Amino acid sequence: MFKGRAFKFGDGISTDQIIPGRFAHLRSNLPELAKHAMEDADPSFVSRVKPGDFIVAGANFGLGSSREHAPLVIKMAGVKAILAKSVARIFFRNAINLGLPVLICDTDKINDGDELEIDLEAGSILDITNGVKLGFGKIPEIMLRILDDGGLLAYLEKHGDLKL
Amino acid sequence: MGKTLSEKILSTKSGSSAQAGDIVVAGVDLAFVQDTTGPLTVRQFRAAGFKQPAGSLKAAIFLDHAAPSPNRELANDHKLLRDFAWETGSLLSEVGDGVCHQIVAESLAKPGALIIGADSHTVTAGGLGAFACGMGSTDVAVAMALGKTWLRVPESIKVVLSGRFASGVYAKDLILYLIGLIGADGATYQALEFGGEALSAMSVPERLTIANMAVEAGAKVGLFPSDEVTRSYLEGQGRDGDYQPLSADDSASYVRTIDINLAELEPVVSRPHTVDNTAPAREIKGTKIQQVVIGTCTGGRLDDLAVAAAILKGRQRHEQTRLVIAPASRAVMRAAIAAGYIETLLQAGALILPPGCGPCLGLHQGALGNGENCLSTANRNFKGRMGNPEAFVYLASAATAAASAVTGEITDPRDFS
Ligand code: SF4
Repeated sequence: MFKGRAFKFGDGISTDQIIPGRFAHLRSNLPELAKHAMEDADPSFVSRVKPGDFIVAGANFGLGSSREHAPLVIKMAGVKAILAKSVARIFFRNAINLGLPVLICDTDKINDGDELEIDLEAGSILDITNGVKLGFGKIPEIMLRILDDGGLLAYLEKHGDLKL
Repeated sequence: MGKTLSEKILSTKSGSSAQAGDIVVAGVDLAFVQDTTGPLTVRQFRAAGFKQPAGSLKAAIFLDHAAPSPNRELANDHKLLRDFAWETGSLLSEVGDGVCHQIVAESLAKPGALIIGADSHTVTAGGLGAFACGMGSTDVAVAMALGKTWLRVPESIKVVLSGRFASGVYAKDLILYLIGLIGADGATYQALEFGGEALSAMSVPERLTIANMAVEAGAKVGLFPSDEVTRSYLEGQGRDGDYQPLSADDSASYVRTIDINLAELEPVVSRPHTVDNTAPAREIKGTKIQQVVIGTCTGGRLDDLAVAAAILKGRQRHEQTRLVIAPASRAVMRAAIAAGYIETLLQAGALILPPGCGPCLGLHQGALGNGENCLSTANRNFKGRMGNPEAFVYLASAATAAASAVTGEITDPRDFS
């Protein structure tokens, strides 16, 4: 069960906005890199976000580059889950591999700053601020297990191999 | 029921009868990283306690994104990657060799192969009939170590191409048109599979340009069949043995079919800040351009430099427009020198960068100033892409780029013929 605030973003937020290529020299210095999370979408994001908050986005979140640093800096900023209408495929996979839940739902019902409560087991999202309850899309079985174990490396350590 | 190209390749690679929607574990033939995603792959590889890439695949490291390195942080990343490559006997492509996807096409990709790269434009090799798919650093680390990965077999969209390009219209215009048509998420989680009678006259470099941008519609792969054109391309590289014919079954089923007559297309430009924000070049002509870039894994091949040189021969870049050229690979650069294209471009006032990604991702070499417009043959125009969120990137073919370099504003290349 997670509880936190919604940070709303629009459609088509690319990995270039999440963590711009001009900071590539910081990719081996993750704490420094993470200071630029979401910078070209909302320069004030890092200073405002609190551990436990959520990113709530429109369609095709995370399109573009395969840089895993995109979900990584979001996770390092303390974000506990990403909610979006849809998510680009490489970003989706990368987030799950890092143990960061990505939930597909109708984010139009959530407003910026709303207080949310998310129950992953029950598959429910409650917007405490406006009382709206939402479900979220099914995640493939193998991704659920990777998520449950806390990411792809933890999954491998536990199972020793990729298991369907 | 017949199989799509995706289903066929993933059936072979997983040893099962794979159908769209299935999740399979499939053997990987080539796993590679580049210098901005590779360091994390190496760290994850080591964190998991892996020592060596699986013997069943080829592992490759490309130093192309920041090549040569602009600062010590990236120089240290390069050092980490070189050490890893030497330690593990992985293939190392040095700074100056060129962009990973071009080198994969020139020497590593083959029809029917499963290729995983820590770079979203890994899809490029689909132009040669390889199931080539971009993933993140950790996925590639695991694929390298285990020699396999898990994949959801994608549904496929069939794109049926007929006719021939009119003069001044190129493969780049086709793929920009298609992305404008279906949108930046028009093929998310799906495969774009190309077919139709036009393919018999479509070269492998053209196919690579098209496959390269499949990901800009969200696709997992952009796949071409392997045919006589593929065979002669591989023969030209002395890789006859890598050829195998490959095509979808006639009775395969698709989620959608899109018919495009190449003869009806015209030069297309993507406007800032999304690739699907397309318009015919003639509709936005006159937009001032401060920098033109011809290069990248989309538009930096020999054919692109040839087209640009033909337009720029005897002409000069506009005095207020910089012209930056980055050949996609060492082989492309050498061939362009031998053919006289580089001399022509230099005479026209171009700056020639070393083979590599160059200005494409805003890391170095040609970052834009506030309020500047750039017209590039690359594949992405996202906000901030070329190093500055206050700048604007337009995407087009090499012909449109070269013509616009002469006039200093977006120009329909047909006005030059
Ligand atoms: S040329 Fe551009 S798009 Fe291609 S691999 Fe390099 S940075 Fe990526």
